[in-house]
Amino acid sequence: MTHATHTVDVMRPPFPAEPGAGVYSNKLGMWVFLASDVMFFTALIGSYIVLRFGVTEPWAKPGAVLNVPLTAVNTFLLICSSVSMVKAYAAIADGKKYFLRAVPGKLLRDGGLKFWMLVTMLCGAAFVGVQVVEYIKLIGHGFTPAGFREGSLLAEHAAADPVKYGAAAAGMYGSTFFTMTGFHGFHVTCGVISMTYLYFTKVLPEKYSPQDYRGIEVIGLYWHFVDLVWIILFTIVYLI
Amino acid sequence: MTNTTPATAEHKRPNYILIWLYLFVLTVIEVSAAFLSHIPKNWLILILLFFAVWKALLVALFFMHLKFERWRLRIIFMVPLPLAAILVTAAIMEKVW
Repeated sequence: MTHATHTVDVMRPPFPAEPGAGVYSNKLGMWVFLASDVMFFTALIGSYIVLRFGVTEPWAKPGAVLNVPLTAVNTFLLICSSVSMVKAYAAIADGKKYFLRAVPGKLLRDGGLKFWMLVTMLCGAAFVGVQVVEYIKLIGHGFTPAGFREGSLLAEHAAADPVKYGAAAAGMYGSTFFTMTGFHGFHVTCGVISMTYLYFTKVLPEKYSPQDYRGIEVIGLYWHFVDLVWIILFTIVYLI
Repeated sequence: MTNTTPATAEHKRPNYILIWLYLFVLTVIEVSAAFLSHIPKNWLILILLFFAVWKALLVALFFMHLKFERWRLRIIFMVPLPLAAILVTAAIMEKVW
């Protein structure tokens, strides 16, 4: 087989390319959308940088208001979902449409497209769930998009230590935090809904094959981009 | 997972689990640096941003397969980046002046 002149590139799916960019139209469309989404998140992050470094009052210290350990675990969850997504892509490229299959001589079963897609959906849904819980707790403690709610526990702490809690810039902190994480959470939710739709209409009925798995590749690109944006947001919003 | 990769492949499939491990370790280092270290604030910001960009590059190159794509497609994704840099720089300069 090594003398064959026809080579197969596993990293380039076997779909007919459109003239121009040299990829099929669904993928090109997703890349153009992602390029526009880069500008969207840049506008949000850019506004945040200008607002944050423009104020003369101290900003809240990392971890003073937000629960960083919980969000670090959530970040790891999203990274795991990205890995499971790419494993789903690799599974269908190799023709593994099944859920789990026993491998002779191995303790662990081999995961197929159905398994890895389900893992991705569950991790994505868990990420959104944790974010909702975080929002409920923050608002319960008095951290709202308008700043610290009067009479709340957080407002009392901020009054006792205004530098640590960034009391003077709390309104700006709240609005930028909820805007950026909220829009990202909306993206994740859209991704989970799209994957759930694909799972029940295409993955379970085994409509994807090694000859055509465009849907998996395109939704995968979107999902990895959402992960990539969160990696940047986590650092900027939670750690700096 | 890569056992079924054809021998005649132009590009070998990356080890996704290894990339996942890199991302995990970098996240742990990042969170530790933010809370446990006594690095001056400005240096800490630079270090954290460096780690964030490193992680984002790993995702873009290996999970989104940009490393294996044609240049024409890479350019589509790269074009907004200088525009984004100009946008942020212009906004900051306006604030400074």
